[in-house]
Amino acid sequence: MKQFVLASLFAAATALPAMADYTIIAPANPGGGWDQTARTMQTVMQEEGISKSVQVQNVPGAGGTIGLAQFANQNKGNPDTLIVGGYVMVGAILTNNSPVSLKDVTPIARLTGEYEAIVVPAASPIQDINGLVEALKADPGAVSWAGGSAGGTDHIAVGLIAKAAGVDPTKINYIAYSGGGEALAAILGNQVTAGISSLGEFEAQIQAGTLRLLAVTSPERLEGVDAPTLQEAGLDVTLENWRMVAAAPGLSDEQKAKVTADVEKMVKSENWQKQLADKGWMDTYLAGPEFEAQLEKDVAATGAILKDIGLVK
Amino acid sequence: MSAFEFLLQGLATAADPMMLLYALVGVTLGTAVGVLPGIGPALTVALLLPVTYRLDPAGSLIMFAGIYYGGMYGGSTTSILLNTPGESASIITALEGNKMARKGRGGPALATAAIGSFIAGLIATLLLAFLAPTIVKVALVFGAREYFALMVLAFVTVSAAFGDSALRGLTSLFLGLALACVGIDQLTGQARLSFGVPELLDGIEVTTMAVAMFAVGEALFIAGQRVQVDEEVTAVRGSIWMSRKDWARSWKPWLRGTFIGFPIGAMPAGGAEIGTFLSYAAEKKLTRHPEEFGHGAIEGVAGPEAANNASAAGTLVPLLTLGLPTSATAAIMLAGFQQFGLQPGPLLFATNPTLVWGLIASLLIANAMLLVLNLPMIGLWVKLLKVPKPWLYAGILLFATLGTIGANPSSFELGLLLAFGVLGYLMRLFGYPIAPIVVGLILGPMAEQQLRRALSISQGDWLYLIQSPIAATLLAIAALALIVPLILRARGKGEMLSQLAAEED
Repeated sequence: MKQFVLASLFAAATALPAMADYTIIAPANPGGGWDQTARTMQTVMQEEGISKSVQVQNVPGAGGTIGLAQFANQNKGNPDTLIVGGYVMVGAILTNNSPVSLKDVTPIARLTGEYEAIVVPAASPIQDINGLVEALKADPGAVSWAGGSAGGTDHIAVGLIAKAAGVDPTKINYIAYSGGGEALAAILGNQVTAGISSLGEFEAQIQAGTLRLLAVTSPERLEGVDAPTLQEAGLDVTLENWRMVAAAPGLSDEQKAKVTADVEKMVKSENWQKQLADKGWMDTYLAGPEFEAQLEKDVAATGAILKDIGLVK
Repeated sequence: MSAFEFLLQGLATAADPMMLLYALVGVTLGTAVGVLPGIGPALTVALLLPVTYRLDPAGSLIMFAGIYYGGMYGGSTTSILLNTPGESASIITALEGNKMARKGRGGPALATAAIGSFIAGLIATLLLAFLAPTIVKVALVFGAREYFALMVLAFVTVSAAFGDSALRGLTSLFLGLALACVGIDQLTGQARLSFGVPELLDGIEVTTMAVAMFAVGEALFIAGQRVQVDEEVTAVRGSIWMSRKDWARSWKPWLRGTFIGFPIGAMPAGGAEIGTFLSYAAEKKLTRHPEEFGHGAIEGVAGPEAANNASAAGTLVPLLTLGLPTSATAAIMLAGFQQFGLQPGPLLFATNPTLVWGLIASLLIANAMLLVLNLPMIGLWVKLLKVPKPWLYAGILLFATLGTIGANPSSFELGLLLAFGVLGYLMRLFGYPIAPIVVGLILGPMAEQQLRRALSISQGDWLYLIQSPIAATLLAIAALALIVPLILRARGKGEMLSQLAAEED
């Protein structure tokens, strides 16, 4: 019976968030990038004394749009709740026809980002990105791409590459896998022609020589990464899979400034930098009007490419 | 140093009294949170991982291993005692386990689950330690078509678990398959059968469905019986320990479950529940007591529980050798490893042997600790069955609701829980089996996605499906499993007709 009492205490703790300085909504299941971002924020904010107690709540579903809708509807004017999100959410809002968009929350800052990497299995006859592009031009259907969920960052990147290469984006043969792990297994098992995901997912395999890195989607060459950018290969594509934090809608200017200051304090702490280094995340902190402008640009570009791929009518 | 020396060194570190205490705390916490219906191992580990951060790497790893195995094991306790599976991998355990508990054999059911988990964990952890790089090569051969063939095999064999009436079993299964279509189609990103309800975009959560069908449906069914027949309280009948006969009937299922569960857990898209389904089907085919299946056969608990735990260790194979997190739990573990600068991947065993072997030693210790904690607890657990029925079922409803809301805080999810609870009640009332609907919900999307992926890769060529030797073999076994019983029945025509007549009622 003791176990049950203990268990019910735990259940109560998860079900009813106690009085907390901040509650961070991770609009995804435990384990994913957003969940880890939220839990890292929790650790750093508590240890740096920015907030006494931080709760993380998972509201998974539909590329984060379930969590976003719940967050926007229930927390109007509440400065103590935050939500983690990212580029994937931008696409999901469009493909799911979500009634709530990022316009309905108060974006605070971009925190981290990862670039996409295009790889082939070591045994593949394709040696470089030009080889892949030629195969794509010859027969788009014969080049199968393994990546994350349909309409997500990986899918968008493939669509952009096809478009830049002058190939009809609706003809691409994109095989969607749930989560990077399953896609990686398909690439390593030589089941598909090429793979696309964030660079971090492939790094260990590239080092071990089981995958060949063809190109990255960064604007410039990355330090310590031996691969050209897509732009060098003559494809005008850059893409960053970023993660951000947003606050509730309807905040006053002072409230927004307070949240922004807290987030900035967290990002500037050594603790945060150490956590990023441990996890292999890039610090792409961007706040204020610059972030809002960037966000707007990304939303417009994503909408255009999703229409080209045929995912959004 | 050789692998074996590393392991001994790891075990020596982990045998320190302080380390044993950490292991005990980890196992206790993991079990405590794991018993909540709806809270699976993933959430358990996510909730408890921060507890381990304050310790040094060795202590942290060992506590963490305890939480992991404890969380995996916790689900089976409620499955057996209360018919409320905490996660999809212990659904099958509820089938026979709860029947045993109701006959006063809850003690042996819990014991065979605990000892089976221990043995499976032990063997699987050793396989992980010494064969991981080899196993992962085999696992990677599995592509979309091989997985599809495996799912077909699972469908065919699991239909053996459908109880007495094939018609009712299939009705229940197809209901599950239909519900499995709800949500965003993974391959095209288009919404299906969601009727504009955003909460349905991700489909129906298997744990919500399982908890609703088993726990809520059951509670409603009990409450709905007009005459409250005071069933004799059969909390304990006979010994709460396993008899000699129980041992004799358990050890083979333990081993078979281990060798079914481990490779499937090691496959990047295998999933722990497939192993439990296959193990159950195998035990039902091989048992000498087929009449007991569906009424509390100990083999039906021993096999799937072993398969469940073996696949938990199997999941670590792609995680450690490839850095591939193949389940939500594994993804959180990956985050945990990164705390110590441990970067799982192909080079891990070469660059970081001390930590890896430390982890494997920790898993072995945690596994043993789980047994030490749980065997004496069985006496306490079965007392739970003595709680008067109204209280017990009220408690079950409370925990089912808390668990669901803890995993997914939304009022829609609660509505689903209730709606499926009512469906579960009606199905019980009219004698439809509950398990196939949940099985359909789990297997349906897997089979569909793998088939479509395979056809997409082959650009629509169906022959691709049988061009791989593994896929062809699996499909052939499935075909045999389907056809042979038909031929046997056709030979004894009279027998078949009487059977059909029996099924019609």
